Amino acid sequence: MAAVKSMHEKKEPFVRIAKRSGLQHWKAWGIRIIAMILALAVCAAVIYVIVRMNPVRVYATMFRGAFSTSRRTWVTVRDTMMLLCVGVGLAPAFKMRFWNIGAEGQILVGGLVTAACMIYWGGRMPTALLFAVMIAASVAAGAVWGLVPAVFKAKWKTNETLFTLMLNYVAIQLTSFFVAKWENPYGSNTVGIINQGTKYGWFPAVFGKQYFLNLAIVLAVTVAMYIYLRHTKHGYEIAVVGESENTARYAGISVARVYIRTMLLSGAVCGLSGFIAVSGASHTISTSTAGGRGFTAIIVAWLAKFNTLAMILVALLLVFLEKGSIEIASQYQLNDYASEMITGIILFFILGSEFFINYKLIFRKREAAR
Amino acid sequence: MKKVTALLLALILCLSLSACGGTKGKNADLKIGVILVHDENTGYDLSHINGIKKAAANVGIKEDQIIWKYSISEDENCFDAATDLVEQGCKYIISDSYGHQSYMQQAAEENPNVTFIAMTGDTAAASGLKNFKNAFCNTYEARYVSGVVAGMKLKQLVDEGKVADKNYDEDGNIKIGYVGAFPYAEVVSGYTAFYLGVKSIVDNVSMDVTYTNSWYSPTAEAEAANALISDGSIIISQHSDSSGAPSACEAALAAGTTVYCVGYNVDMLSVAPNAALTSALNDWSVYYTYAMNCMLKGEDIATDWARGYSEGANMISALGASCAPGTKEKVEAVEAAIKDGSLKVFDCSTFTVGGEHLTSYTSSWGLNGAETIKDGVFEESVIRSAPYFDIRIDGITELN
Repeated sequence: MAAVKSMHEKKEPFVRIAKRSGLQHWKAWGIRIIAMILALAVCAAVIYVIVRMNPVRVYATMFRGAFSTSRRTWVTVRDTMMLLCVGVGLAPAFKMRFWNIGAEGQILVGGLVTAACMIYWGGRMPTALLFAVMIAASVAAGAVWGLVPAVFKAKWKTNETLFTLMLNYVAIQLTSFFVAKWENPYGSNTVGIINQGTKYGWFPAVFGKQYFLNLAIVLAVTVAMYIYLRHTKHGYEIAVVGESENTARYAGISVARVYIRTMLLSGAVCGLSGFIAVSGASHTISTSTAGGRGFTAIIVAWLAKFNTLAMILVALLLVFLEKGSIEIASQYQLNDYASEMITGIILFFILGSEFFINYKLIFRKREAAR
Repeated sequence: MKKVTALLLALILCLSLSACGGTKGKNADLKIGVILVHDENTGYDLSHINGIKKAAANVGIKEDQIIWKYSISEDENCFDAATDLVEQGCKYIISDSYGHQSYMQQAAEENPNVTFIAMTGDTAAASGLKNFKNAFCNTYEARYVSGVVAGMKLKQLVDEGKVADKNYDEDGNIKIGYVGAFPYAEVVSGYTAFYLGVKSIVDNVSMDVTYTNSWYSPTAEAEAANALISDGSIIISQHSDSSGAPSACEAALAAGTTVYCVGYNVDMLSVAPNAALTSALNDWSVYYTYAMNCMLKGEDIATDWARGYSEGANMISALGASCAPGTKEKVEAVEAAIKDGSLKVFDCSTFTVGGEHLTSYTSSWGLNGAETIKDGVFEESVIRSAPYFDIRIDGITELN
């Protein structure tokens, strides 16, 4: 026994994990593409094994669900933009390693004040002014929801993860309260479409496209955020604080100020996405207006490594999976669980690919084994 | 164990899929779209799915003429789904949840050549749109009958001396409880009918109502039921979509508390074999058969449709083993009286509001002051299909 043990001690482990340094760009993307292909293959195998259906047909159906008609494509674009906007809002916070789990609430308060403007001021002020007020109000509401945990973190080092998370519930309760106030009919817990007849406060169609404004606003914010994070002093400070607070302090950066400023921005963009959700898409308000996007967007932000342009692709992928899943449910009676499995497998492989991009496996050499 | 579960799951999926596929329609130019708020896993949606499938079989519409949209939330997704179904060539589109209604109406405005049916909705008539319809079953009739079943059980418990002191309130009324979803007319109409059914057998009852503010929340419904039980309610009924309340009753009964329950939408005997007495049911296939016949003949569908026992649109589920002897006979008599019109559920002589019997009521939501009481009877679902009995009567207390 002892002999065996000593033999093992001498042995190098079969596989070791080591950090990679500076993998070339094309190699990293190669790994990602391989992961994506593997993910699709595993999904295909799962689909085939469980339901005996031709996976290629299932994928084709998913694609049709998202893109087959111009309207479907625009709906996919609209939802991608919604998710992207939240992701863009989260990017500065997460880049600063400030765990803003509160996007859900920030979206909701943004949407709530937008709905309030539509209900109380729709038709009572010029459209341009109404839009200005809605944007200002939603941005301000989101910013306040971001500001509070930032101030507490900056002043008293409170845990921002819990704080932002709990503010979600405050936003949900606040929304419940107003839904009960505005509900139609009384007691039904639904507000219904706001200004259904008059369309006051609804995004107008531009170039004949109902969701053109959604696209334009979010892309503008995305590019602006890209520039802000990559090419401004503020963006640099965010990166430094994210890498190390002490380094930042040593470099003379006021960490508290960066926290507060960045969270104001993060909350404001999330609040703006609430405005887009209510005024540009649902025209109603409910506790599910944010619809989990505040959490899904965390995946978007991280997978894209806070590169807001890369987020476009990630958001599109997730929305594509969602739209595709509705279509396969409709065509093949494969319900939510099937599509969740597919989404889960794909995300697993994408996240896995990041592991292989950051680390390498070193296998025991033959000589060592002998 | 995991492997076995996985295999079983796979097997179930295979079987269910092979059961779904297969039928091919010829000359299938009629296409019907269906928008569901959840899927077959919730009792409410299942009752609509079954109703539509049964109706389609009745009138000879093939399965592939129906396009299903599952798990469509009550927001712009509903409008998207409706428009998508229009693009797929559907001439008739049905949604099953109340919250879909305003998006269906929006779609109806934009697609005048397609007929939209918002089930359980209430704005079709007011919208003035020719292609926008509502329909509802007279659920209150089934609730009344299920109340009679509960009343028979209560009478048996009184006779056998099983009603404890804690089951009485300070006025000497026996306490029963009700788990409701939201405080609006559909729920109020339902619980009042149930209460009146119980009261027709045992006069000294009072009912507490707890709202969960959700249509489907097993945990909240179970908690609400437990709170009502520990407060002394001896019968629990519900207007919510999960089996949370019956499960809680079964557990309480097993632990030695005398409590029985009446469910909704689905037979609860599988989750509460001892505690469940019966469930109030809707058979939506009656409406869907009517509507599909209209579709095939190209006739106009009624803007508001509401039928109940008389056409088989409402019933109660099989009586549980715990039901009192004589229940079956009593139920048959009551059902016959509802069918021939000799028994009116909301007969104003059977209840009071503020100690008075009502002779007039014009405040129902959304009816613009229309009179709802005629010859001493509150006429539910006559002016429009969706319930509008929203009167809070004596003997019922809303706890939250």
